[in-house]
Amino acid sequence: MIELIKEPWPWYVAGPLIAVVYTLLALFGKSFGISASLRAACAMAGAGKRIPFFDFDWKSQTWNFMFIIGSIIGGFIASKYMMNGKGMILAESTIESLKGLGLTSYQDGIYPTEVLTFEALFTLRGFIFMVIGGFLIGFGSRWAGGCTSGHAISGLANLQLPSLIAVIGFFIGGLIMTFFFIPIIFNL
Amino acid sequence: MQYLKYIGLGIVFGIMFTKAEIISWYRIYEMFRFENFHMYGVIGSAVVLSAISTAVIKKVGIKDVGGNPIVFSVKAMSIPRYLLGGIIFGMGWALTGACPGPLYVLLGNGAYMIIVTIISAVVGTWVYGMLRDKLPH
Repeated sequence: MIELIKEPWPWYVAGPLIAVVYTLLALFGKSFGISASLRAACAMAGAGKRIPFFDFDWKSQTWNFMFIIGSIIGGFIASKYMMNGKGMILAESTIESLKGLGLTSYQDGIYPTEVLTFEALFTLRGFIFMVIGGFLIGFGSRWAGGCTSGHAISGLANLQLPSLIAVIGFFIGGLIMTFFFIPIIFNL
Repeated sequence: MQYLKYIGLGIVFGIMFTKAEIISWYRIYEMFRFENFHMYGVIGSAVVLSAISTAVIKKVGIKDVGGNPIVFSVKAMSIPRYLLGGIIFGMGWALTGACPGPLYVLLGNGAYMIIVTIISAVVGTWVYGMLRDKLPH
């Protein structure tokens, strides 16, 4: 059993568990949407004084901050006590394309250390990955009115056409970035 | 104390996202290259099962723990807002290999540099708030 827990969990464990989290939050009277925490963070920092969009009671999102604290703790527990220490198993074609980009750290961890470390922050591509990437996440999720949890899970589960449009947008943006911009960024 | 249950759910969420490698940049890269079914299986099964539970809650009229009716948000129809906002979000998702949930879980994994991305996401949200009236919705 312990061995099984230490293996990577398959999609048919993770997907249903996400549905359980979504349903329990609904039963608690909350709607699953993590990017709402970013808006609440702006409100908490006082953005509501000058920008009406942030003039709301951020304390209504306290539960979301608690959820986030839990998810940080969960990430810590899993990474510390539930890993088998083996590298990730990636598709052959993915590895080929990573090599083509000059990324060789894929055996070492769950993200490429060439672009996602504090040291990389002071390189142009590292700055683009971490700083511009984060900005696009915040700006885009609020413009679209939600992120993966709010649209792809909560919205689609409630059969909302706007959420389907948003998810199609997520994919258009992701494909443009993956196939067009990422190769360019690695050539900078 | 009323918040303990959210911390508990968050812990489950963080463990699962780490163990199923949903927080990995490589899994997102693979997803956008259509080279691995994993993420499609995760999101697809989550959506189908969540849709079933949503339908049951609506049909049976289940109340939340406070005894109030459970309201599932209905989103106002628009195309530019969801499409353009979605495209920008998707570009950030592919770059960082993370959407907002995984950003936080990565912190717990000891990927401390991701705090930079989180702060940047808050700044992006803030700038959206400033430009909101000038953007199509």
